[in-house]
Amino acid sequence: MVSTSSTTLEGSTILLTGGTVIDRNGTRVGDVRIADGVVAEPGPADVTLDCTGLVICPGFVDLHTHLREPGQEEAETIETGSRAAALGGYTAVVAMPNTDPTQDSVSVVEFVRGQGQRAGLCDVHPAGSITIGRAGTQLTPLAELAGAGVHLFTDDGTGVQDPLLMRRALEYAADLGVTLAQHCEVARLTEGAVMHEGECCSHLGLPGWPSLAEELMVFRDIELCRRTGAPVHLLHLSTARSVELVRAAKADGLAITAEATPHHISLTDELLRGYSALYKVNPPLRTMADVVAVREGLADGTIDAIATDHAPHAADTKERPLDQAPPGMVGLETALGVALAHLDMPLGDVVAALSWKPAAIAGLGALHGRPVVAGEPANLTVFDPAEEWQVVPARLASRSHNTPFVGVPLRGRVRHTFLFGTPTVLDGRAQR
Amino acid sequence: MKHFRSIAEAGSEALQRLLELADHMAEVNRRPNPKVPALRGKTVCNVFFEDSTRTRLSFETAAKRLSADTMNFAVSSSSVNKGESLRDTIETIAAMGVDAFVVRHKSSGAPWQISQWTTASVVNAGDGWANHPTQALLDSYTIRTAFGSLDGLRIGIVGDVRHSRVARSDIEAFTMLGADVVLVGPRTLLPPTPLAPATACLDDVLPKLDVLYLLRMQHERMNESLVPSLREYTARFGLTPERAARLQPHALVMHPGPMNRGVEIAVDPAELPGAVITKQVTNGIAVRMAVLFDLLGSGGME
Repeated sequence: MVSTSSTTLEGSTILLTGGTVIDRNGTRVGDVRIADGVVAEPGPADVTLDCTGLVICPGFVDLHTHLREPGQEEAETIETGSRAAALGGYTAVVAMPNTDPTQDSVSVVEFVRGQGQRAGLCDVHPAGSITIGRAGTQLTPLAELAGAGVHLFTDDGTGVQDPLLMRRALEYAADLGVTLAQHCEVARLTEGAVMHEGECCSHLGLPGWPSLAEELMVFRDIELCRRTGAPVHLLHLSTARSVELVRAAKADGLAITAEATPHHISLTDELLRGYSALYKVNPPLRTMADVVAVREGLADGTIDAIATDHAPHAADTKERPLDQAPPGMVGLETALGVALAHLDMPLGDVVAALSWKPAAIAGLGALHGRPVVAGEPANLTVFDPAEEWQVVPARLASRSHNTPFVGVPLRGRVRHTFLFGTPTVLDGRAQR
Repeated sequence: MKHFRSIAEAGSEALQRLLELADHMAEVNRRPNPKVPALRGKTVCNVFFEDSTRTRLSFETAAKRLSADTMNFAVSSSSVNKGESLRDTIETIAAMGVDAFVVRHKSSGAPWQISQWTTASVVNAGDGWANHPTQALLDSYTIRTAFGSLDGLRIGIVGDVRHSRVARSDIEAFTMLGADVVLVGPRTLLPPTPLAPATACLDDVLPKLDVLYLLRMQHERMNESLVPSLREYTARFGLTPERAARLQPHALVMHPGPMNRGVEIAVDPAELPGAVITKQVTNGIAVRMAVLFDLLGSGGME
């Protein structure tokens, strides 16, 4: 237990003892000493934290976080979202650009990054939109934004519908060293859609979101990647056929990466039977066969990363009828617990999908997801891989409590998080 | 039973009970003074977020024949148009003292949300494409009155099943009561998973049907490329005089109303011996009385 307050621990030398260290070099039992913001050689420490039975690993990196600021601060702020991230073991998040105003200019991007620094709970890396205002018609200044440190670009929330525009975006981006990320959804096939198109929606009388709408765009962007050579990251894959398409693309050696969310490896469309908008998300919860295929995609590396698609929404908006409620679920604080409860994968592979693999896709590989060895930045997460727990919405740090995981058994819980050596979470409590 | 939101949720036992109760209500309705004090002191509020004069009138008549007090909440002249949330609307009306909400809403599932915010009973008077359980009840009652039972009957539901709450509830109810349901329509108008055996050929199944149930074909479907034209729809799926002649003599012809004459029904129903469309409307009052009595009644019927 830690009895000292955070103010005294800030800047302290900390020794983590007896934990299992998992990083890209493998698994070992050993002590980790943190001093001056980095992992240090063995030596004396001001504070010792007993990590027996716990895992010490590079901090998690979320490729897909909606922080809602600027524009929807009633749902989340960069500070509350950063706190949720730290509690979930994250040391870096990629902030999605569907803010108001959109993250399509240097000024907005710098505002978001600055708010992240002021909160001081995790690295906030804004993604840029591919098109101005995410309107799908005109390219954002990709090079200027890349110069301002933006690595991922996406119109997430909608896909880039126009194949010509997407082709040109990839051709233009190819020389910039950035990655375009696609929300795969052919919008014409999902007009008015509320849930997965299948048996369940047929019974419930709700407009269906067909798997085909995702798969057509996955296929299109794989082929655009093949022709342009520019890397494409596919957001929140949800269907079995999408996983197959990506598997084949990787076998062809294409620069395709992909992510899957905790909810798409754990929940199905059957949950909509009570007509609760808590289970409305885009892409929608699908069938058990899809869930199994996405899990297999993560297990064999077809899907590189677990990304939360943390999407806070104010309570009153989720009380609307299903067709009027916004899609999305919060996920930062439950991602590890869902992943360990639902994935039949070696622990090291799960950590890889939460940490260094997404760090590389986000262009953050120099600072996050690093091996836990002397001299590396001390962006670290310590978690108990065996703790079983249940989420209590009212206790979430996120300003919105729209979690679908109430009553779902979770396994694995974050104990401590360190951002450049400073504890942001100790014993499961945020330090600021 | 606390709520009546869908046939599936109510279950077959409740369905049988309500049909039997509807027999008693039909008897009340045949009296010179068709009114009983069964629900005196109870308040029923019709909350129609989507216009439906006929369904609202049917519920209101049913409530009044049971001596309940009725309130009508019309969305067009209410604060909903000023942006009030569904929850605030319901909680406000509930605070006035309501025993049952009769709800019509364009969004599938709205009655489930509403029942979270009130201790009153919720009766679903139609939600989105999803449920219209009192329509299914009156349809079942009408068929049962004609044949004695639905068990083993062959019922064809023709038309836009995909967007039809009537079809969904009818499929559930008819199947629960032992009928063989066949859906007839092009795949564009069937749900992604058809819910019952389906065919695109009306002429194949027509001579074998005991009940031909025609759904309303909405004109706006033309703009969505679900069918090429109303003319082609009528040619393939409309009840024309030629098709009417091929019906079994005992077969019923049903329609939930309002009819598109010349589209799904291209004959004068008055000239069809099996047409029971106005009987459906009459029976609607009896089954809605049965539902309200089942939810709110505690004493006897007399």
